[in-house]
Amino acid sequence: MESLSVFIGGRAGDGIDQASLLIGKLLNQFGYYIYIYRDYPSLIRGGHTFSIVRAAQARIGAHRQTVDVLLALNQDCLDKHKDKRHSRTIVVYDSDVVKSDGLGIPLTSMVKEAGGPEIMRNTAMLGALAKVLGLPWEKFEAIARANLKKETELNIALARKGYSAADIFYKIEAQNKPPLPILTGNEALALGLSAAGLDAYVAYPMTPSSTILHFLAEHADELKLKVIHPESEIAVIMMALGFAYAGRRAAVGTSGGGFCLMTEGLSFAGMAELPVVIVLGQRPGPSTGLPTYSSQTELLFALWSGQGEFSRLIVAPGDAEEAYYWSGVALRLAWKYQLPAIILTDKNVAEGTYNFDPKEIKQLPEESLDLWSGSGEYLRYQETASGVSPLAFPGEPGRVVKINSYEHEENGTTTEDRPLTKKMQEKRLRKGIALIKEIEGLEAVKVYGRKEAKTAVVCWGSGKHLCVEATEKLDVRVVMPLVLSPLPLVQLRRALEGTHQIIIVEDNATAQLAQLLKLGGIKVDAVILTYDGRPETVEQLEEKIARGVR
Amino acid sequence: MNEGQTPILWCPGCGNFAVLNVMREVLTELQAEGVPLEQVVLAAGIGQHAKIVDYLKVNSFYALHGRAVAAAEGIKLANPRLKVIVFVGDGDSYGEGLEHLIFAAKRNIDLTVVVHNNRVYALTTGQYTPTSPLGYKGRSTPEGTHEHPLNPLELLLAAGATYLARGYNAKTEQLKLLLKEAILHPGFALIDLLQVCVTFYNQYDHYNQRGYELTGHNHADYNEALSKIKEWDYNSDARIALGKFYQVERPTFDSFFRGDNKVDREPVIKKLFERMV
Ligand SMILES: Cc1ncc(C[n+]2csc(CCOP(=O)(O)OP(=O)(O)O)c2C)c(N)n1
Ligand SMILES: [Mg+2]
Repeated sequence: MESLSVFIGGRAGDGIDQASLLIGKLLNQFGYYIYIYRDYPSLIRGGHTFSIVRAAQARIGAHRQTVDVLLALNQDCLDKHKDKRHSRTIVVYDSDVVKSDGLGIPLTSMVKEAGGPEIMRNTAMLGALAKVLGLPWEKFEAIARANLKKETELNIALARKGYSAADIFYKIEAQNKPPLPILTGNEALALGLSAAGLDAYVAYPMTPSSTILHFLAEHADELKLKVIHPESEIAVIMMALGFAYAGRRAAVGTSGGGFCLMTEGLSFAGMAELPVVIVLGQRPGPSTGLPTYSSQTELLFALWSGQGEFSRLIVAPGDAEEAYYWSGVALRLAWKYQLPAIILTDKNVAEGTYNFDPKEIKQLPEESLDLWSGSGEYLRYQETASGVSPLAFPGEPGRVVKINSYEHEENGTTTEDRPLTKKMQEKRLRKGIALIKEIEGLEAVKVYGRKEAKTAVVCWGSGKHLCVEATEKLDVRVVMPLVLSPLPLVQLRRALEGTHQIIIVEDNATAQLAQLLKLGGIKVDAVILTYDGRPETVEQLEEKIARGVR
Repeated sequence: MNEGQTPILWCPGCGNFAVLNVMREVLTELQAEGVPLEQVVLAAGIGQHAKIVDYLKVNSFYALHGRAVAAAEGIKLANPRLKVIVFVGDGDSYGEGLEHLIFAAKRNIDLTVVVHNNRVYALTTGQYTPTSPLGYKGRSTPEGTHEHPLNPLELLLAAGATYLARGYNAKTEQLKLLLKEAILHPGFALIDLLQVCVTFYNQYDHYNQRGYELTGHNHADYNEALSKIKEWDYNSDARIALGKFYQVERPTFDSFFRGDNKVDREPVIKKLFERMV
């Protein structure tokens, strides 16, 4: 099979998330590329939740209109998802609670008979899926055993029952590719930061960034990381800046609401020249908005938040591999230039699950910290050509390290002196000039599709895979900036050379990337915007782009 | 640590001068007793109090209004060998950033917090603070406040602080002893320092009359400390106890984050990837 989509849905609390990961791992074993989209409401029990697991022969990061198998643990899976069925979609459902056509299996009574908790319905369902996909039982059992660590025997027994009750509809064949790790954007981001030398992660829970906190807390011991969950996002950013002052690399993670609370600290980082990495996971707003859905509404906020004028780095990865690499870049460059760096993700990237090929990890920019030589008086804010002052940290003799949120002299004491005020402002902004040179030296803009096409679709973040797949059949090139501040205009212009038409695709209502490009002198012809929190399907977007292409 | 280059910008007669002088002596003595100056970090909020870090040639972190304590926690957790002393204002830390104070006490993180409690926002010209008395007339409350003051020591005792004292800038010998004791205390220590603002709330006469040296109670007894703390509610005309109210030892938050534990992450990450197949 070239590709396969499996839908699994139920109520929140039915274990859909874990079940979909297992389906992903199962298909992964056959050498497919995997993408999992999770759709869940902001509550713990009740409500409808579902995942779509897609397997394909090429790299993917979006889902299609219809699914090939629909696993229904509750009636909503049928009533709310009629549009996801094609003429041959196999529906497997718990016949004790769901009315449907297709393959009914009495999962609830099966689990009851075996004396298991209700949540084990999904193990029996997975057994049924294995049969539907034509997998040999032994192969399925091995994978299930490796992943179901609790109550393994009972789980396996139930899966076996589900397997026996189902029929074969498809024939999954092994692909010519070894299975690759599958992980979420957040997990990749966490590992990318760790690999680049992170010392501490400080965060207050907020979807869609909480899973970074959970993941790093779980692995803090192995990674030798300090992971701290303080009283508020204000404390979070201030603690992280305390870490930076003491010479330890810290990152923080949040969403829009938490980032609002961090903006005074962000501006402080700009003034005091304290490096910090902020993960800003976007979800629809304003305010609390839709906590568990996706958006791209914080681009301009990230760009202009915080009082005063200072340089910042903003990167926006579009899948797990980019999250790994660009979070490492963000950490390295935040330290090299002593400024705040923001990793702008969206819920679809943050909580989407992708394949990740560790062999394809790109080399990070060298860690070239400008450390103080140790001679003479230490000046934390020493004037230099690049604006970057040599670094030293408190704790060693022969130096006094003073940082300051007020305007300051080179040694860090407060000043209101007129020429010095101008000089220091210019010093800080000079770092931004050095930073843009560095960014233009990296592959900060990617081009996909037909590179000579006259129409360019420009997208960012999770829009990447969606746009690339939606334009496969169109005469279109896809341009994706990975760095949004400072904007890599040289690379962007090169990527757009020879186009007659530029169409922007993004998940917000005011075309924020389009506004930013206009400021950079790039003329945008059309925008395709979505702002309902849900990712579009490949087909929906393809149709909109096709209609727009001149 | 006395460089004298930076002009001192406090009003003549300000209680902060005494604090600065005592701090110089304390740091000199601590050095002689084996606390190297380079391992000391001073953090400060924003307000008249905070200027003290500009006047001491010691490592410093001049933070934001209300946020010095949270930053100081980060510094301590990053490098637990550092001695972190935090100078904050009453508007700054009993108002704007109160939550950080409460949580730092709750964690019993090893910090010393000195609250320059002048009971006004001095830098922004004398508005009322959480410890101004009921009816205090400032520029934001010309008719007098309609709220009772907070007893910060009572709050912090409940929050879990393991060292609590009250000092007075006119009693410099006692202040010196308290500061040293607080700095050497392994855990969260706070001194509520009655620091007189001569311009906006001159309480010298009142503190001189009502202040007395606290002696004779059991510092390790929570209830005894509490009853001493409650003697004066920052509003009444009661006697004002000066000295140490409470001191006990409990495990500190930072003790769980010791060391840098540098590790080669590559093999660890490789192993994690393998588990994700
Ligand atoms: C977020 C923020 N709000 C307000 C201010 C303005 N401000 C500076 S100092 C201060 C009050 C200072 O009072 P206090 O902390 O008691 O210090 P004091 O000057 O009395 O020593 C205020 C309101 C500020 N700098 N930052
Ligand atoms: Mg004050």
